[in-house]
Amino acid sequence: MAENREFMNRRLHSLLGVIPIGVFLTQHLIINHFATQGEAAFNSAAGFMGNLPFVIFLEFILIYIPILFHAIYGLFIVFQTKNNTKRYGYFRNQMFLLQRITGVILVVFIAWHVWETRVQAALGAEVNYDMMVDILSSPFMLIFYIIGVISATFHFANGLWSFFVSWGLTVSPRSQHIMTYVSIVVFVVLSIIGMRALFAFVS
Amino acid sequence: MADTNKKVRFIITRKDSPESESYKEEFEIEYRPNMNVISALMEIRRNPVNAQGKTTTPVIWDMNCLEEVCGACSMVINGKARQSCTALVDQLEQPIRLEPMKTFPVVRDLMIDRSRMFDSLKRVKAWIPIDGTYDLGPGPRMAENKRQWAYELSKCMTCGVCLEACPNVNDNNDFIGPAPLSQVRLFNAHPTGEMNKAERLEALMGDGGLADCGNAQNCVQSCPKGIPLTTSIAALNRDTALQSFKNFFGSDKL
Repeated sequence: MAENREFMNRRLHSLLGVIPIGVFLTQHLIINHFATQGEAAFNSAAGFMGNLPFVIFLEFILIYIPILFHAIYGLFIVFQTKNNTKRYGYFRNQMFLLQRITGVILVVFIAWHVWETRVQAALGAEVNYDMMVDILSSPFMLIFYIIGVISATFHFANGLWSFFVSWGLTVSPRSQHIMTYVSIVVFVVLSIIGMRALFAFVS
Repeated sequence: MADTNKKVRFIITRKDSPESESYKEEFEIEYRPNMNVISALMEIRRNPVNAQGKTTTPVIWDMNCLEEVCGACSMVINGKARQSCTALVDQLEQPIRLEPMKTFPVVRDLMIDRSRMFDSLKRVKAWIPIDGTYDLGPGPRMAENKRQWAYELSKCMTCGVCLEACPNVNDNNDFIGPAPLSQVRLFNAHPTGEMNKAERLEALMGDGGLADCGNAQNCVQSCPKGIPLTTSIAALNRDTALQSFKNFFGSDKL
């Protein structure tokens, strides 16, 4: 295995983006969506997730380690690229650039988001509905969260498309084309769920 | 159409030696019907006077077949890499900007060194070994419909346009680029070449190989021969995935 390290890293990077990170993102946004049903519903759903047995192991194995690897290796991939969308403005090349831009935004956003919620929880703060209302009461933070959530849903949806190519699942141009539509649907649906949850804390 | 006073303006990125800085020089030449970029460059070579009326050195470029099958005359024309022999002046926006494909080492003016592509073909073993110590006899037959399909992949002329268009082929990345990848698919499809399939896939799984593709898909849009490069890459992604499973879980690595 050792001699094909780059190959394995790239494949692992692609896989981790979908399983578990993409699955976790979807689950996270759906749990957040309970906020649209009021404070009690959100607190009970978030409380259920936060009190799962072995939660710290689940967090490290399914969330922190995969995201850390994906983020660090992803930044390495970003620095290996010289974007040329000005000369070659094709759709896929634009998506390629956006994937890298949203990736870098997400490194910043997720670092801040984890600091503000999970690290504070470890330091004794309680993560609940009021905490989010408090954070999102600042218009700056609201915009930051909107950009963060949209970046995440885009990065996941478009990453899902390239996952299907990188693992050789969609080979023909037609299957790749249909997968583009599927990824657009994933992006729109997850974005709506994410935005509804976000604005539930505002109003 | 045939306006005798019509001029064609060129802005050419020049470079006197591999080490020197590049600079731009403008040229204005008489329009002739059906002119292409090469015939314009030949006109400049015949009379090397720039737009300011100063005599300069003739512009150097590479060419060979003049019918888009050799790949030698590739350059960046109005921002996009293509062959200068089939770049018709009538179809180009003026001034026509000519630049070398800087993804490759620039030898002089518009002339580049495409050696890395030929090295890549060696690296991925883009050939079919047929030599033995005795007559091995005829190889397995190839189905005619498969031969016709493979012919499309064999049209690659290592022109380098796909490497120039690829955002992942650059100084920060040792990606070998789309052209040699697709050649692996071609030789792996051949009934005799297939016998060494695993060797080629292993080569692609090495550093700078297939994994560095970021699916920007500029290559397939740019290929002058219409080779389905991204289909080849996706197909090889599948083949290398299966190969890596075989390597890890199986005993039959070939």
